[in-house]
Amino acid sequence: MKTIESITIYGGLNKNGIQERVRKIELKKGDIIGIVGPTGSGKSSLVSDIEQIAQEDTNTLRKVLINHATPSLKERRDPRLKMIAQLSQNMNFIADMTVEEFLIMHSKCRNKDKRIIHDVIESANLLTGEAIQLQDNLTALSGGQSRALMVADVAIISESPIVLIDEIENAGIRKHEALDMLSGKGKIIFVVTHDPVIALTTGKRIIMKDGGMDELINTSAQESVISCDLGLIDQYMLNLRELIRTGQTIEQLELQLTNV
Amino acid sequence: MKMIIVAGTPGAGKTSVLVHIIKHLQSRDIHPSVVKIDCIYSEDAERFKKLGVPALLGLSKDMCPDHYSIYNTWEMLEFAEKNRSEMLILETAGLCHRCAPYTQNCLGVCVIDSTSGPNTPRKVGPFLSSADVVAITKGDIISQAEREIFRERILEMNPTCSVTDVNGLTGYGSYELADHFLSATDGSFDNDTLRHTAPFSVCTLCVGEMRVNRKYHRGLLRKINGIQEYTGE
Ligand SMILES: Nc1nc2c(ncn2[C@@H]2O[C@H](COP(=O)(O)OP(=O)(O)O)[C@@H](O)[C@H]2O)c(=O)[nH]1
Ligand SMILES: [Mg+2]
Repeated sequence: MKTIESITIYGGLNKNGIQERVRKIELKKGDIIGIVGPTGSGKSSLVSDIEQIAQEDTNTLRKVLINHATPSLKERRDPRLKMIAQLSQNMNFIADMTVEEFLIMHSKCRNKDKRIIHDVIESANLLTGEAIQLQDNLTALSGGQSRALMVADVAIISESPIVLIDEIENAGIRKHEALDMLSGKGKIIFVVTHDPVIALTTGKRIIMKDGGMDELINTSAQESVISCDLGLIDQYMLNLRELIRTGQTIEQLELQLTNV
Repeated sequence: MKMIIVAGTPGAGKTSVLVHIIKHLQSRDIHPSVVKIDCIYSEDAERFKKLGVPALLGLSKDMCPDHYSIYNTWEMLEFAEKNRSEMLILETAGLCHRCAPYTQNCLGVCVIDSTSGPNTPRKVGPFLSSADVVAITKGDIISQAEREIFRERILEMNPTCSVTDVNGLTGYGSYELADHFLSATDGSFDNDTLRHTAPFSVCTLCVGEMRVNRKYHRGLLRKINGIQEYTGE
């Protein structure tokens, strides 16, 4: 697979057929960018434009370049050459097969050695409380298990220099660990999110409105600090959740932030 | 005249995808005529008419819709010619897995639903394996990994086809398909032949037998044990 230095998105049209306000976004190796906006504002279509490396051939007429050039059709379509891994919003698998069959088949599609599947299971099981077994049926996995397996599959089998993540938070898995697993060094990450903690850990964020990219905001130094504090709140909430789940009672609120 | 034959099981997304493609064709000043073949009932022709294209519905009733469509090809081509169309698009009923409605000189397009599971490409037979273009729908409901596996299975069954992911709701991928329609060769159909034999049935049920007892059945019968025999005179 070729090394990717940059990805450029040229703006097209929004839902009303008017030019979207953001005309160009360029991301470099190692960048992480958020995609935010209300439901129906066009977040998932932006993700699908990037996944397909749109060439003014989708409804939005956006154009996406890799290293300032249009990739060949083969690079855009053939999973063996694909430069992009996508974790979509789907919460469940629908393919009727065992976890093992699924992972073997997918590793074949992506030209990976099939021994890799054990790493996938191991990683997936770090993200969910209910262990997944190779012999489990894919469609019988719980929502959390499915999501955990999708994350590990994208991180390990679809391993690619560009990663698209469509809402990782509402899946009942350990979201920060999941994000770390997907993010690896030197990758370009797009993350659709409603979660302020995740949104503020990115370097910048695209604001979506009416199907178009409406604004590009750089995360300020202040926001980065706030993001750390929010991380503490988040951790605290997680701990409370664990306590409650294991039958303990909560006596008082013990939340201390560093600089609030 | 270009003839595009679109096949795929009911609900695969044929009409939805065609609606997007026809809009792209119209924006490039191409005016196709569309024919929908079904057995009992279909609203598809009305959906096509709403786009302002001439559309015709053919109902085969109790006849095989694929036979019906084949021996009506001539009438359909005439319909398109009468409308001064450069292109005839035919949406088949897509009821059975035994047949492939494509002719040698048409562009054969198979529309297949990716949520039908990764074994589907192995089951559907000739309408997939003899297609020129395969359009995979409903990828929006499954994971990228499942999409990739499905694509692999398609290529296993038809290594030379051109595969496109398309979304019947949003139209993603329909530009690429419209390009295939546009670059289809202008064919002459006088000496055209089918790519695959049409579904075939020659037993007494075909001529109205209602009784199930085995003593009433004549003709070429294939038994569940695999033995095929001719019963009768
Ligand atoms: N989610 C989703 N639904 C689709 C897609 N394509 C078609 N559909 C839906 O599938 C159903 C059947 O589509 P239709 O075009 O009538 O199928 P046909 O019988 O093959 O012509 C309709 O409810 C469509 O809205 C797609 O790509 N994604
Ligand atoms: Mg239809």
